[in-house]
Parts: sequence; C-alpha cells; structure tokens
Amino acid sequence: MRRFAPILIVLALLATVPLVTSSNVVLNFLVVALLIALVGQGWNLLGGYGGQYSFGHAAFFGTGAYATAILQVHYGINAWLGLFMGIAAGALVGAVIGALSFRSGLKGSYFALVTLAFAEVLRIIASVAPITGAGVGTLIKLDLRPEAFQFQSRAPFYWIILAMVGLSLVLVRMIEDSRFGAYLVALRENEDAAQALGVNTTMVKLLAMTISAAITAAAGCFYAQYFLFIDAGIAYGPWISVEALLAPIIGGIGTVVGPLLGALVVKTLGEATKLVTGDAPGLDLVIYGSVLILVVAFAPRGITGILLDLRHRLVSRKPAAPASLGRGHG
Amino acid sequence: MSRQFLPVSRRRFLQSTTLGAAAAATGILHAPAVLRAQGAPVKVGVLHPVSGALSYSGQQGRIGAVMAIEEINAAGGIKALGGARIEAVLGDAQSTPEGGNAEVEKMNGAGVAAIVGGYASGICLAASQTAARYDLPYIVDVGVVDAIVTRGLKNTFRFGPGFGVIAKTALDNLVTINDQAGKAAKTVMIVHEDSAFGAGLAKLLNAQLPERGFQILETIAHPTPTRDFNNVVLKIRAQNPDLVIPANYYNEYVLLARTMQQQRVRPKGIYSVLGGAASSYKFVKEFPEAAQYIMDCNHWFDPKNPKALALKKKIEEKGEFYTYEVYMNYSCVLLLADALERAASADRAKVIGALESSTFAGHVMPYGPTKFVNGQNQGAAPVNTQVINNDIQVIFPAAFASAKPVFPMPRA
Amino acid sequence: MLSSVILVPAVLNGLMTGAVYALIALGLTLIYGVLHIINFAHGALLTAAMFAAFFAHKLLGLDPYVAALGLTPLFFLLGYGLQRFVIGPAAHGEDRNILLVTLGLAVVIENALLYAFRADTRTINLPYAFDVVEVGTAFLAVPRVVAFFVVVAVALALWLIMRWTDTGKAIRAVAKEKRGAELAGIDVAHIYAVTFGLGTACLAIAACLLIPTYYVNPQAGNAFVLIAFTIVVLGGMGSVTGALIGGLFVGVVESLSSLYLGESLGQIGIFAMFILVLLFRPSGLFGERA
Repeated sequence: MRRFAPILIVLALLATVPLVTSSNVVLNFLVVALLIALVGQGWNLLGGYGGQYSFGHAAFFGTGAYATAILQVHYGINAWLGLFMGIAAGALVGAVIGALSFRSGLKGSYFALVTLAFAEVLRIIASVAPITGAGVGTLIKLDLRPEAFQFQSRAPFYWIILAMVGLSLVLVRMIEDSRFGAYLVALRENEDAAQALGVNTTMVKLLAMTISAAITAAAGCFYAQYFLFIDAGIAYGPWISVEALLAPIIGGIGTVVGPLLGALVVKTLGEATKLVTGDAPGLDLVIYGSVLILVVAFAPRGITGILLDLRHRLVSRKPAAPASLGRGHG
Repeated sequence: MSRQFLPVSRRRFLQSTTLGAAAAATGILHAPAVLRAQGAPVKVGVLHPVSGALSYSGQQGRIGAVMAIEEINAAGGIKALGGARIEAVLGDAQSTPEGGNAEVEKMNGAGVAAIVGGYASGICLAASQTAARYDLPYIVDVGVVDAIVTRGLKNTFRFGPGFGVIAKTALDNLVTINDQAGKAAKTVMIVHEDSAFGAGLAKLLNAQLPERGFQILETIAHPTPTRDFNNVVLKIRAQNPDLVIPANYYNEYVLLARTMQQQRVRPKGIYSVLGGAASSYKFVKEFPEAAQYIMDCNHWFDPKNPKALALKKKIEEKGEFYTYEVYMNYSCVLLLADALERAASADRAKVIGALESSTFAGHVMPYGPTKFVNGQNQGAAPVNTQVINNDIQVIFPAAFASAKPVFPMPRA
Repeated sequence: MLSSVILVPAVLNGLMTGAVYALIALGLTLIYGVLHIINFAHGALLTAAMFAAFFAHKLLGLDPYVAALGLTPLFFLLGYGLQRFVIGPAAHGEDRNILLVTLGLAVVIENALLYAFRADTRTINLPYAFDVVEVGTAFLAVPRVVAFFVVVAVALALWLIMRWTDTGKAIRAVAKEKRGAELAGIDVAHIYAVTFGLGTACLAIAACLLIPTYYVNPQAGNAFVLIAFTIVVLGGMGSVTGALIGGLFVGVVESLSSLYLGESLGQIGIFAMFILVLLFRPSGLFGERA
C-alpha cells in the first residue's frame, strides 16, 4: 500500500481544487492538462517503460473520440457506454497496429515512423469517410444531463478526468510492480537478453501497446464529450501524438507521475509565455520552444530527474549518482 | 475638505451617466472629457486564431474588430452607457477549438459583455458552446457551418450567411448569370478542399446542380495543404468542362489558378464559391492575368456604402489587404455596439435580448434588413464578384452591382 | 476514361514533383543515416529557406536560381551551427533528447517566422513561371523542368562527395561504425555538424526550386515533411540514390493514385506504401543498409 500512498495524496489534493476555486479558467486549464496527462500516461507505458517510441498515438486518441461520438450520433448509444466502447475500440486498433509492427520486428525509428503513418492513414480516412462526417466532422448534440456524460458545470468533468488519470496512475504503478512490468523494462534495456531469458518480447510489447492504446483512447472519449465536436484534424492530427510524448519526456520518462507532472508543467509554461508576450502572435511559442530546448539541455531526465537529484542531495548531501534512466519512482 | 464642490460634481456625474447620450449629443454638457467618459468601460472579447494554421485570417479579423472598436470609442463610446468606452479583450484561439474554448473561459473570467469572432467553424462551435454555459452573447464573425446556429444556443448569433444560404445563393445567381448569357455553360467540375467548408459545399452543390440543368462531370476533393494541382488540372483539361467551381482556401486557390494558366486551361468560366480570386485583392494584384474574369460568390462589402469605402481606404493606408475577415468583423462589432446602445446595459441577458430584436442597418455588408431567427441573420447573403480589369466588381445582385458580368470569358 | 492523353502527363508531372520531394528527402536521409535522428525541424528549416529565397527576390531582386548560389552555403553554415552548438550539446547523445530539441527548434523557427513576417501567404511572380515545355500531350512548366534537372545534378554531386572526398568517406565511416571512426581519429562532432549542414543546404536548394511555382508562409514547409519521411524509408534510410529514386517513385505514385482515387484519398496510396515497406522490407526498396 505504501507504494500507492503518494499517488493517492496527489489525487486527493487535486480533487479539492474545485472546492477551493470556482474559477472556470483554472478548472478548464486543469481539465486540458489532465487530458494531456492521460494521453501521455498511455504513451509512457509503451514508450517510457517499454522503450517503444510511438509517434502516432493520435491513432488511439482519435479512435476513442470518433467511436464515442459516432455511437451516440448515429446509433443513439448512451455516452457512458460509448466511453467503454471507445476504449475498447482504441485498444483494438492498438492491438492490430502492434501485432503488425512487432511481428515485423520494427523498433526504434522504424516503429516510430510506422505508427506515424498509421495515424495519418486514419486521419485521411476520417476526412473522407461519410460515417465520420468526412470533412465536416462530428458534432455531439448538446444535452446537459449527467446521464448523457455532459455537465452544466466544469467541476464534474474535472473530477471525472481526474479519476481517469488516477486510475491510469494506479494501473501503471501496478504494472510497474508486476512480472509483466519487469519484462517490459527488461526488454527496453536489452531486448535480445530478455528474449534469451525466455521472455516472449513480442507478446509483452503487444500487451503494453494494447493497454497504452486503451488509456489514450479513454482521453479521446473524454475529449469528444468535453468539446462535443471533433474532426479529422483534431482527432487524428499529429498535434496529439506530439503532446503524448512531450508530457512524459518533460515530466520524467518511465516514471508513474512523469506524464502528470509533465503535462502540468508544459501547459503552465504555455500559458505563462502567453501572459508574458501579450498579443504578439508567435512570440509566446518562440519562448515555449526555447524553454523546451533548455529543459532538455539542462534536465535531460525530466522534472522527476531533477526532483530525485534534489532529494538525493538533501538526504546524502552528496551529488546524486546518475540513476539509471527511468528507474525512479517519483 | 471643501464640501461645496461635491454637489456640483455629483450632479455632473449623474448627468453624464443617465443623460449621457442626449447630453453629449446636444452639447448641453461641457464637462471635460474625463467626466464624459465616466461610464465604466464595457469589455468585449475579440477572439481570433492569430497564431497557427489560420493565423492570417485570424489576424485580418482582429484588425477589423479592433478598428471598429477604436472608431466607436473615438466617436464617444456607448452613449447609452454614459459614453462608456469599449475595451477589447483580445484572445488567441491558436487555430484550435481547445484554444478557443480556453480563451472564452478567460474572457468570461475577465467579465466581458460579449464575444465577437472565432473565424473557423470548429473554433466557433466550441467557443460559442462554452460561452453558452455563462449566457454570454457570442457573435460569430465568419464560421459558415450551419450547425453553429442550429444547436439551439440562445447566446449565439451569426451576422453573416451560413452554408445553406451561401450554396443556394451561389446556385441561384449562377443560374441567372448563365441564363443571361444564353445558357453558355452546361457541364461543371467542382474542385473543393476536403474539410468542413469545402466538403459541405460540394455536397450541397452535388445535390442541387443537376436539378438546375447542369451536368457535373466530376467532383475532386483535395486536402489542405495540397502541394501540387497539376493532376487536378489534367483532369479538367481532359474533360473540358464549361465551368470550373473551386471551393478552397487561398493557398490552394493560388496554386490551382496558376496551374490552370500554365496548362492553358481556359473554361468558359471559373465560378468560385467562397474564397476565390474575385474576393482577394491580393491575388488580383499579384496575378492579374490568372485572375482576370474569375467570378466568385463570397462574403463581400457593399460597394455603394460610403462607410465601407472609407474603411477600405483606411485599411489600405495601413498597408493591409481589405479582406472579408476585416469588414465582417468590423460589422459584427458595430452590430454589438448597437445592441449595447439599445440594451443600455452591459448585462448579458439584456444584450442577448437586444441582439434578438436587432434591426441594425449601420454595417458595411450588402445584406437585406437585419433580423435574427434562432441566431441567424436572415438578411445575410453572399454576393457575386468578378475580376474585371484588375479590379473586383460586384456583378450580382443588381441592387449592389457595380458592373455587369463578363461571361463567358472572352477568348484572348 | 483515363487514357494515355492524361496518363503520360500525369507520370511526367509525378516525376517533376517527385524530384523536389527527393531533394528534401535527401537532406533528411543524410541526417538520418549518419546521426540516426529524426529531424523534426526539417520542415521549419525548409520554410526558413523559402522565406530567404522570397526576400532575396523581393528585396535584392535576385532570381531564385541565382539566390540558390548564395543561400546554399549560408544554410550549410546554419545547419552546421545548429548541430554543433544547439542540438549536439543539448541532446547529450540521447535519441529522445534529439527528438525534443529538434521539435523545440521547429516550434521556435516556425513561430519566429510568424512573428517576424505574419501569416500572409507570399508568392513571387516570375516572367518565366508560366512558360511551358511541351512534351507530347503534356505541358510542363519551365520552373518544374529546371527543378528536375537541378535535383538530379545535386544528387549526383552529393553522391560524388560521399564517394570520393575525404569528408564524404568520413561521413560514411561515422554512419557505419561511429566508435570505429572515432578510434580512427575522425572528429565525430564535426562530421555530425557537416552532415546536418549538408542536409540543410539541400533544403536551401529545394526552397529556391519551389518558390517560383509554390508559395511561402510560416507553415509552408510542413507540407513536405511526411512525404519526405516516406521517401527516406522507401529509399532506405541514409541512401542518397535511394532517396532520389524513392522521391521520383513517390512522385509518380502520388500522381497516379490521386488521379484514380482523388486527391484526398490519393494520399493514402503513399502511406499505404510506406506502411507496407516498413512492415515487410524495412531496409527500404532500394536500401543499401538499414
């Protein structure tokens, strides 16, 4: 239980936010940050723990979003049920792409590129297929009832996405402690060695990809319910694939809380630069990009890395030994 | 403390707030400017995608809206509110619905009385819906998807026309122009971009053109951005339609028109729907040959309205192009200012009420009488323009026309 | 319906377009082959080069083909500097850091251009832009024909550099066996930067070839990135000849699939090919090494 205590404390603290502030600016900001944290957590399981860098998590995000939206709009299926079906659809897409790529032995940049290509194919299909509304996109009818997974106020949305993030944190922590998690890390560190020891690396990667896709698809479902409008560019666009990897890498790759930390920092940074530059189009993003480079240059293990170093320094009063990548437990 | 000054200033204060408009207008009140401007400023959200993929349009839209606000303030602000100045709360939607949504939350937090803008349909859909949560009036500047006003949101108003109206007008006008030319065109090819705007229009055109006696040879969808139009033009050349109907964004339009010129494809007419050469001074200036005689059905200003021409001069003096984003946003802000005047309040419900009953006529658009039904201005319609001798003329409808259509294109 | 009247011009068009794709992919494949990184800033650097070509014409009155003579060395230095002083030091030799740094660079470059020049689409109108060469039933715009031959010449030059010069040999050595090259006394950091510089220089040439028939805005270069990746994979990562043949091949496939499937769906043809090659022949169709 001790391994879960920090997660629960963080969640409990975050859960009180709507009680402290009634500002919807803050809530909306946090909802979006948590949404990215969830997408990032999906990516983190496969990329952080398994070492398989996907550039195409939009494929899962978009599938979740479209499944939820289409099931409601065209088949009148309840949104809550749609959420689970969306997650299942995302997992299925993950399993199929994973099966194809891992069986072909794709790794490294090749895996990254093939995921990117799959996401692009889905984006193009969504932009021409009638069922997705083609170029026009899909609009979910405004129906502010909790039964329809829509709420008048921002707070319930906030708690739901927080709960989803919380579940993903607990799930990843459980995986970390499981045999499956150990295999996953082993194959990241040395795939050949893991295989020699009898680990079915293809199956392990496939399972990781499926769970990863399911988590990211859940974020897609939430997006659809929160914004009630998706089109091909939103659902399957490269932007979400980039967000998916940015959050965990900034936060601390292969750590449980890395994606959450990273998402909060990246989004705060985005807002802060906007505040500083006022209304000079582009300037805020110039600063954002520069800070990103600086973070990578000076904190290559992400924020979790900095925190670990700090703790180490405080405890031992000695410079931290360079911990092996991703072993930290934030 | 000199008490005796107090009643004087208080009376002046009261005059300036309750009688402000009349007093200022008739010159009864000779108070210094500071006193006249005592009505608390009215905050108005000006939301555009000024960065990201749509940033050019967003920046143009912002120019129009800000210019209107400056003019209103220079002319004494909102008179019914004691000459209250309008204070623009600028927002950048970053070309995404999430960005637009976040800005609406901020604007709401900043206490704006209303929001103008959005530009892209996706942003308008998300932003107006968020605004609806706070009963915050939202005036859509461009966003042409019809779903924007058919969702039953009481706060959302669109001053310009939507798809349905644009497609129908484009079609009606095309039939009329074609009939006047002795039914010169019979076969058609449609080239459209594949997102909400182009795909939606192509769908409507495909449903209705055959009923109007046109034969559609082919409908070609292309993504945005498309790098090369040579194959599209090859198909056009092979099928040799009388009329080409493009519906795409500026960049792709430039490539298409240039490629048609390179490939020596000269149909009897190019009749663009939304966003062609005949609604872009920039294109006409940069490619006068490729632009000549192209027709367009699009948002356009009223060429007979002196206010529209004055604005054009002002924008061009700033070194900017007078694009539809400019005058549509300009008109939307004026519409809002009028509603604020009539509501005599910045209260959101009252502003919504005033917009619902608006008959505003002080805009610069070639529209019929303003009347909102379910948030859609019934008077809004696009007009037809044509590039004739390096200038853009309105050719239809006759009430606003500054020239006669040249169709079919004369063979050089 | 689609007879040879349309098929021949479509294939020729594909070759013309594919040539420019090939040049952009050449830059990418060089960088990938040697540094083993996916350069996210490639599109943004292309945009920067297009702006440079645009302003060279607008402010200095230079024809883009003349401007290329100056811009190519300039962008070589830019690329060299970026790798030597920004990407290299910031990345600490970790792949994922390089990815982030180039992503950050892309964001910085694209938005600095937006801030400086606003989002306007800019075009230049050259007197010969509408001249055509007639090949059978096809009209080929002069700038596209020029582009085709320039790209072939550039690819040949690059191939010669890689094969016969000391720098070229060093680049190939680093690409094959970094440790060994280091032991043999090759300055790897320098070779990395040279490679990045060469890749960026390719973009400067590509920009000058594109600008007569294309447009530039702060996003313009991005349109070519995914297609360049496809070509890199198809041609075999790191292969110069592969990129050239792959580029021409993709150009033709794109042209034909858009003819038969439509422009939107036609893009799927490319990605489908991309995926199939990755899945079944990841060393590329014409790959020398993987």
